[in-house]
Amino acid sequence: MTQTGLTLGPVLFNWSPDRLRDFYARIADEADVDRVHLGEVVCGKRQPFTDGLWPELIERLQAAGKEVVLSTLALPYNPRERASVVDFCKVGELAEINDLTALPTVAGKPFLVGPFVNVYNEGAARFLAGRGATGICLPVELPIASVAIIAGALPDVEFELFAFGRLPLALSGRCYHARLHGLHKDGCQFVCDRDPDGLPVDTLDGQQFLAINGIQTLSNGVEAFCPTPEELGRLGVRRLRLSPHTVDMVAVSRLYRALLDGKASRGETLAALKGLNLPGELVDGFTRGQPGSARVEMA
Amino acid sequence: MSLELVCPAGTPSALRAAVEAGAHSVYCGFRDETNARNFPGLNFSPDEMIEGVRFAHAHGAKVLVAINTFAKAGSMEAWKAALANAEKAGADAVILADLAVLDHAATHHPNLRLHLSVQAAAATPEAIAFYADTFGVKRVVMPRVLSVEEIAKLNAAINVETEAFVFGGLCPMTEGRCSLSSYATGKSPNLTGVCSPPEHVAYSEDRNGTATRLNGFTIDRFGAGEQAGYPTLCKGRFVAGGKTSYLFEDPVSLNAASLIAAFAKAGITALKIEGRQRGKGYVTEVVRTFRAAVDAIDAGGTEVEVGRLLAGLVEGGRQTSGAYKKTWR
Repeated sequence: MTQTGLTLGPVLFNWSPDRLRDFYARIADEADVDRVHLGEVVCGKRQPFTDGLWPELIERLQAAGKEVVLSTLALPYNPRERASVVDFCKVGELAEINDLTALPTVAGKPFLVGPFVNVYNEGAARFLAGRGATGICLPVELPIASVAIIAGALPDVEFELFAFGRLPLALSGRCYHARLHGLHKDGCQFVCDRDPDGLPVDTLDGQQFLAINGIQTLSNGVEAFCPTPEELGRLGVRRLRLSPHTVDMVAVSRLYRALLDGKASRGETLAALKGLNLPGELVDGFTRGQPGSARVEMA
Repeated sequence: MSLELVCPAGTPSALRAAVEAGAHSVYCGFRDETNARNFPGLNFSPDEMIEGVRFAHAHGAKVLVAINTFAKAGSMEAWKAALANAEKAGADAVILADLAVLDHAATHHPNLRLHLSVQAAAATPEAIAFYADTFGVKRVVMPRVLSVEEIAKLNAAINVETEAFVFGGLCPMTEGRCSLSSYATGKSPNLTGVCSPPEHVAYSEDRNGTATRLNGFTIDRFGAGEQAGYPTLCKGRFVAGGKTSYLFEDPVSLNAASLIAAFAKAGITALKIEGRQRGKGYVTEVVRTFRAAVDAIDAGGTEVEVGRLLAGLVEGGRQTSGAYKKTWR
């Protein structure tokens, strides 16, 4: 049996170029992931700050033996953002599409499908595979029973699940960071850079609930899907995704690698994750057919 | 060309009310998980759909059938049946979102006219051209992220019709891209055709008033004597960065009536009124008013005249023109 792949997803937050450079240097040298996604996925307004950074990071990561994937914007709509999606797909690296805007550009070549594209059934997966999709990271809310059916129907496609990090739950035309600070999106002053893991959103009764990241809403809870290698085999899932946070992602990658290699139990992995400096409680409801906010059961 | 008014028909009686009030088209769905208003007491059986289409056609109105959820893995049958039943009923178009459902419709029902649901969130010329070229989609319902100016530019770049929401409920999130409801309750528009489902709603009173909760998460609180609103997740009050606010959206509904002339100028084909969960009294009033406004603009009426026609509708709940004005963002 081939080893389950481990992916470091794109950074969803507004990190400075310096922070990104340092982060990926350490990932290149130390992280136990075989694939790394680069690119701004959430907000087109952030792109000018990082566009110039990707070529050197691609080189850095490839030199360290990592496969690099370029992830495209999830909600492009103005001409500059649309052009960026097309350009990103033409760089020559494997591209991950997060909106069908990119599909005409990648169709006919191998490409990946990100969790922002609605693949809820084997028909949609088959359609995209027919266009060239070789891997699909399924939507975060998809019940595990559906995952097994979809993956079972398409054994040649590498299916991936979002396994670690705050769950990307929604996108909007409106920027919530700007709105909270009394600004409009067009004059947002990039206030989202103050919250490198997103800004927590609590209920009026003090329950930890959600987090905002510009136009994106995430869970407050941190997804921690920690399956055994046998469970993943039964599901037909061949790759897990770790979503970057300020927590020590090298440590997270090593914990997951050990779990997937059968060297650590689910309980040991969860206990070790809990010991890290996480931005929220561990949740895994979506992967158990429960509300996504359902807490991880340690036993 | 005059604007087509597309009106909600949650039930057979609402369909008749909308048609009699002057709807050019009505949209409705079957009574199952294939449509995104899968609420108890709503929607149509296959026989009711046949009868509804017959009634609408006899009055010169069209029927658009929403089959706009994402098919459940391994059980595509309900969506296939919905397409077959829509064609059998003589529907003028079906409104679809899922790649699998679109693919099946284009392959097996070549005579059905396909509209792309807002749930597909196609906001760019590239995405729209993909749906048009691949499945023969003839009309796209605009995601609620674009301003009127942006829709005008988009219309210049595509060769299919566009339809825009003008009145009713408003999602601040991009539709078809939102899992907030399932994070809290396990049910969501994409999974089950519902948002903030009623079976997870609780109103609990304490000495501070009423708290509205969704599966245990407090969505809002109301003082004694205040009327407690329905806890739709994204219209709740939350605490972020030390501030308590309606972070995502105020408890408002969409009213872009003042933009009808701008919509026409932007090249939009059809205006859509949200509200398949509404009763026939509401439908009658809203449809009659908007039909008068659309006719007045068609006849070259001024904004003042149109404003007067619509004045009755702007009382009551608070309203917004949403993303159509860039300041909303």
